[in-house]
Amino acid sequence: MSGLLYLIPIALVLGLLGLGAFVWALRSGQYDDLDGEAARILFDEEDDHGGEPRAHS
Amino acid sequence: MSAAVLQPGADVLAFVRRDPGDGLNELQLMLEGVHCGACVRRIERALARQGDLETARVNLTTRRLTLRWPGEPARAGALVGTVTKLGYGAVPFDPERLASLDGRGERELLLAMGVAGFAAANVMLLAVSVWAGHAQGMGEATRGFLHWFQALIALPAIVFAGRPFFRSALAALRAGHANMDVPISLAVLLAPAMSLAETVRGGEHAYFDSAITLLFFLLVGRYLDARARGAARAAGARLLALNAGSVTVLLPDGTTRSMRPEAVEAGQTVLVAAGERLGVDGTVSEGSSELDTSLITGETLPRPALPGEPVFAGTLNIAAPLRVTVSSAGEGTLLAGIVRLMEAAEQRRGRFVALADRVARLYAPVVHTLALATFLGWWLVMGAPWQEALMTAVAVLIITCPCALGLAVPAVQVIAAGRLMRRGTLLKSGTALERFARVDTVVFDKTGTLTLGRLELQGEGVDPEALAAAAAMAASSRHPLARALAAACPDARPVPGVRELPGLGLVRDAADGEWRLGRRGWAAQAPEDGVPGAELWLGRPGRAPVRFRFADQLRPDAREVLAALRARGLAVELLSGDRVATVAELAVELGIADWRAGLTPAQKVERLEELAAGGRRVLMVGDGLNDAPSLAAAYASLSPSSAVDISQTAADAVFQGEALEPVLELLELARRAERHVLQNFALSFGYNLLTVPLAVLGFVTPLVAAIAMSSSSLLVVGNALRLGLAGRRGRT
Repeated sequence: MSGLLYLIPIALVLGLLGLGAFVWALRSGQYDDLDGEAARILFDEEDDHGGEPRAHS
Repeated sequence: MSAAVLQPGADVLAFVRRDPGDGLNELQLMLEGVHCGACVRRIERALARQGDLETARVNLTTRRLTLRWPGEPARAGALVGTVTKLGYGAVPFDPERLASLDGRGERELLLAMGVAGFAAANVMLLAVSVWAGHAQGMGEATRGFLHWFQALIALPAIVFAGRPFFRSALAALRAGHANMDVPISLAVLLAPAMSLAETVRGGEHAYFDSAITLLFFLLVGRYLDARARGAARAAGARLLALNAGSVTVLLPDGTTRSMRPEAVEAGQTVLVAAGERLGVDGTVSEGSSELDTSLITGETLPRPALPGEPVFAGTLNIAAPLRVTVSSAGEGTLLAGIVRLMEAAEQRRGRFVALADRVARLYAPVVHTLALATFLGWWLVMGAPWQEALMTAVAVLIITCPCALGLAVPAVQVIAAGRLMRRGTLLKSGTALERFARVDTVVFDKTGTLTLGRLELQGEGVDPEALAAAAAMAASSRHPLARALAAACPDARPVPGVRELPGLGLVRDAADGEWRLGRRGWAAQAPEDGVPGAELWLGRPGRAPVRFRFADQLRPDAREVLAALRARGLAVELLSGDRVATVAELAVELGIADWRAGLTPAQKVERLEELAAGGRRVLMVGDGLNDAPSLAAAYASLSPSSAVDISQTAADAVFQGEALEPVLELLELARRAERHVLQNFALSFGYNLLTVPLAVLGFVTPLVAAIAMSSSSLLVVGNALRLGLAGRRGRT
């Protein structure tokens, strides 16, 4: 049973990492335009230069 | 041209704001005509080529474009021009006017959902160990330890993620009634509180996992619901912002300044270019032109505007520039008066209570009584210790928690709204589907609704040579009749030397003298005979005058759709502001027995209220400004996307395209969605009938509760998804 003493914290830390990543993604506006992001991934990289937008929080 | 497209010359500078933080200029634009990723890419690439923009990002969900650039604010015009040149409508708006409509609530729900999901997964991990331990003889100390850990994760998560429900429940209780969130809040608070007490006591059962999973499921439903509403709100906001055009004011020193319509004062002079929509009420002080008043009165034909004549905000100046002395602006305009009429009609209409809320009003007291009876029964009658009795009562609360109401109804609505959106129909109100499903009478407006609101040349018997000559003259004019004539002869090239005489017509100095295209009395030198409908005459020296007749075209499938509506047992009625002769002709053609013509907006509302008083549930379909109050007054309302902004704002749904078929489709889908919602209620009540006795008798352990809750949620969501599947199968 002593295995629980470190296994539970590991599970918790992993879960918290996931939650942290989610909160970060949410804060940086990645959930603001769900329809647009789905299409955006298909754009060719080489077309994008100059005024290519950056995400703003 | 739709009002949505930015008029050339309209000033966007008034909407550029400077960010005090980094000194960048920011402009927000509403986009029209953006439908997919390819549009996003075209716009962003074209803007990227303009160089040194800090941000040029299209949001496809809200159809907004955010531009940020350093340096000169005056570049705004060129940037907007880049977008409009690609063929997209772009309208600047003031984000502060829409601040309350932002998706802040949606974000909070998403965050709560993330936290609840994280906690649910981890608590479940520990809960499963405890359940396994029951079978394998886990020691009491280990079980207590695992329970403490569950409490540590679940309690803060519940307090954080449950806030949307607690707030709503509190608000409802303060208002003196119970909504669905009251039993939800009670269950997710009471269950962990009792479990904590059990844990302190070293008891066997804890409901931390049930409480947090329940919260997670409900948050998923709430988020879906918010997204559907958010999309509807974004559509509404887009329409609202389109009103924010600017007007050009002529200052006493001879300079011009562009201002927002509400900032203009009475007595000032406003310049109205040809092709511009009036932003104020006033009288013409200089210039003569014609105004398209179809949005205000429903009339198809333009009306002359001469010096001294009153003109109204919302009308479109067709022929020549005008100077207008402002008599009232903003709240004082006829337009604003119609808006007030609309708001009054909206308030008079009984507030529709969504089906889920009505069920909740019955459901909540029953659930609470049942839980209380269970507690009292076990404690007083059966003589169980009060902690045990309370745990059983908590189990009843958890088992009866309304997953079907919280999850399956939003799921049905999201799927139905998504299907409609793909077909070009935008639902704008959350309860609209339920109301569309119950409609028994359909009332149509004429111009722009049953018809396309667009004049077309009538008859084949027109001499092609005369048509070509007339179309060549007409090609250089913006007058609706001239444009209809030019459209009838697409090969016509504009000829030079054509002048426009406002109120009369077009003149061309040809080799054999003056050619005239216009009113009968002027162009054909014959007395006006008052034939109903619109016509143009072509008069040429030495040749017989030629007449061109125009009529508003019916939507291509109007007749079939009306027949199908009648076949479904719906009553059809026609209410129009146009002249009696025109409306009568159309009513006969479409076989509509119930029609009224020459109605003012107030009379239309009156008729609708009369129908409502007779117990009818009326669907109003209309597009004009004069329809806006009746759209707000009707039980449910629909307007074409060619409608004025304010009508689209008032309507519950907006459909795109020339066909009238979406009306049928919408009613059909609404009825199907309603059926699915009712099935979901039946499913979840059936499940409750089965499990509630078990809970009351004390057979439900946390394990049983977890299994029962998850399976019933999956069942109702699966049933909701069938709505989307059935549609897909039906189409292929």
